[in-house]
Amino acid sequence: MPLIMPYLRKVFAIVAKDVVAELRTREMLSSMFVFSLLVILIFNFAFDLRAENQKTLAPGVLWVAIAFAGMLGLSRSFIMEKDRGSIEGLLLTPVDRSAIYLGKMLGNVLFISVVEIVILPIFVVLFNLSARDLPLLVGVMILGTIGFAGVGTLFSAMVIHTRAREVLLPILLFPVVIPVMLSAVKLTAAILDRLPFADVQNWFSLLVAFDAIFMALSFILFDYVMEE
Amino acid sequence: MSQSDRWTGVLLAVSGLLMMVAIVLVFGVSPDPVNLQTPVERFSQRIFYFHVPAWWAGFLAFLVAAGAGVLYLINGHERWDVIGLSSVEIGITFTTMGLITGSIWAKSTWNTWWTWDPRLTTAAIGWLMYVGYLMLRGAIDNPERRARFAAVFALIAFLSVPLNFMAIRWWRTIHPVVIGSGSADAQGGFALGPTIRMIFFFCLFTFTVLYFALMSLRLRTEWLARRVEHLKQQLIFR
Amino acid sequence: MVGSALNQIEIRRLVKAFGNRAVLKGVDLTVAEGEFLTLVGPNGAGKTTLMNVISTLTKPTGGLVRVAGYDLADGAVAVRRQIGLVSHKTLLYDDLSAEQNLRFYARMYDVPNVEARIETVLRRVGLWGRQRDPVRTYSRGMQQRLAIARAMLHDPPILLLDEPDTGLDQHAAAMLTDLLHEVGATRRTVLMTTHNLDRGLELGDRVAILAGGRIAYQAAKSELDAEQFREVYYQYVKQRV
Repeated sequence: MPLIMPYLRKVFAIVAKDVVAELRTREMLSSMFVFSLLVILIFNFAFDLRAENQKTLAPGVLWVAIAFAGMLGLSRSFIMEKDRGSIEGLLLTPVDRSAIYLGKMLGNVLFISVVEIVILPIFVVLFNLSARDLPLLVGVMILGTIGFAGVGTLFSAMVIHTRAREVLLPILLFPVVIPVMLSAVKLTAAILDRLPFADVQNWFSLLVAFDAIFMALSFILFDYVMEE
Repeated sequence: MSQSDRWTGVLLAVSGLLMMVAIVLVFGVSPDPVNLQTPVERFSQRIFYFHVPAWWAGFLAFLVAAGAGVLYLINGHERWDVIGLSSVEIGITFTTMGLITGSIWAKSTWNTWWTWDPRLTTAAIGWLMYVGYLMLRGAIDNPERRARFAAVFALIAFLSVPLNFMAIRWWRTIHPVVIGSGSADAQGGFALGPTIRMIFFFCLFTFTVLYFALMSLRLRTEWLARRVEHLKQQLIFR
Repeated sequence: MVGSALNQIEIRRLVKAFGNRAVLKGVDLTVAEGEFLTLVGPNGAGKTTLMNVISTLTKPTGGLVRVAGYDLADGAVAVRRQIGLVSHKTLLYDDLSAEQNLRFYARMYDVPNVEARIETVLRRVGLWGRQRDPVRTYSRGMQQRLAIARAMLHDPPILLLDEPDTGLDQHAAAMLTDLLHEVGATRRTVLMTTHNLDRGLELGDRVAILAGGRIAYQAAKSELDAEQFREVYYQYVKQRV
């Protein structure tokens, strides 16, 4: 990785390409959005959400909705490259494989974040939460999303070469990102309950550590996944 | 009989012998832990001599699989793929034992086969993760790519174990912590005397030997299966 | 850095195995600078695998591959800059327009004067005017022409064509032939694979046969009689498969 600027330019070229392609159809974003809404509604029936238990259930519902919607986005991420062989076109360009990983990963984080930004206000309204908590919630969401998409992008690139394709992605990804889910749920609950940061600092550290470790790991391992 | 066959035989014989001694020690020699009151508790506690070593052997197996994964990615030798696959399969066997023995103990002590205690949940998740490993392998046709992806996944799966473990410790748990910081808060926890400790380590050793015995057996069958596959290919493509 | 001017592609004892199954069993092949070599072989002979190795998509199991003077083992990124690949897949994004596709690839290849270059290559393949339409609205022939534009975008000295006429009708194939003749005239080094014998004989300065994972036969076209070549080809194919 000799020059950082040309490297970053290529990373952003990949992100920009994915954004332009998505804006043309908006298929992925809209299905992610509708799906996450449906998850929230289904939880409402399944758990009989009432005023008194809303605050205890809300963090879990929110993160399940995000995880499911994120899964949809991740499974599309590389299938879109595979169908016309454009993944090979990408691999033929004179860039380090890691740039492709970073580009696709940032694109996934961006798409999931867009869905979160839309879903969050709706969530606040449906669960009767205070808008004052929004900035902190967004922070937790970004950290959670990076952890989720960091490994998710790597696995997404793997499953396109399997017979089961998108069916396999949640089976591989969910167990690995359990620490992300647990700490994100704990942190979200702490924000809603107005707990002091010191009470959940360990969860925060765990989430940041997961993000860092698994992003670095995926960054290195991506090269092995990309070989034809 | 080749050299490696002989080793397999020796390992199997030794682990069988050790296992018999372990059973005698656990049910005949081991004293009852002092803090357990009821006979049911005292008797069911003995499952821990098999429960903990089973998890240890499972952990060892997944560690070996992750190490084999790293070595495969470095030099691409098929040997590491065979070791990785065999070790994961045996690891799943041991962790399945761990789950079942834990469940039996939970029934007598917590009066339920299963609770959604985070440690139990995470154990189940870890087990599912390695079942996912086998599914991933099963869904890839190209043997070289199968080995490569399996190596990547074995490494990631294993590294997520410590983070999972940390998350569990922080979440309120009713699972007793017998080794290390012994807290008596957990339901069904018990103190380890010197004899109990010695028998326990003997069981750990026995299961470790059993792991290697099963490994050498499984490695042999896997190599033979691949050789058959290779010969078949040669017949078809000649 | 660009080493031997004589051989742009140099392959020695190349072996590629997938697990236990060897697809390439010791390929020796060289393509000189400015030469147009056609590689013919039946389906499953390993043509695409060979192309994937040369274009750095697949790592070889053994042997030596040098492209434009760079060893594949340590100069993969440098090699990628020197080659353009047209494969039987388009390598394009269906949801993007021709222009957007090329703009993306231009950035990835650090092409200077992007917009001017895009116009040049699109005019060359006769797609200027349709540049804003999404690729999914193109016919197969148009898509393949765009794929050629994509491969030539960064003006690579070496062009790899892997069965470029797959799925094209006669008209589109004829257009492609014209385009390839034009490419051949520009002193670019070209390696093309095809399973179509006539095609292989029509284009190219030299013809080689890949069968059973090895180069079974090769000859300059000038020394070759079409009937004789056909006979040789079927003989090798029968023998090896």
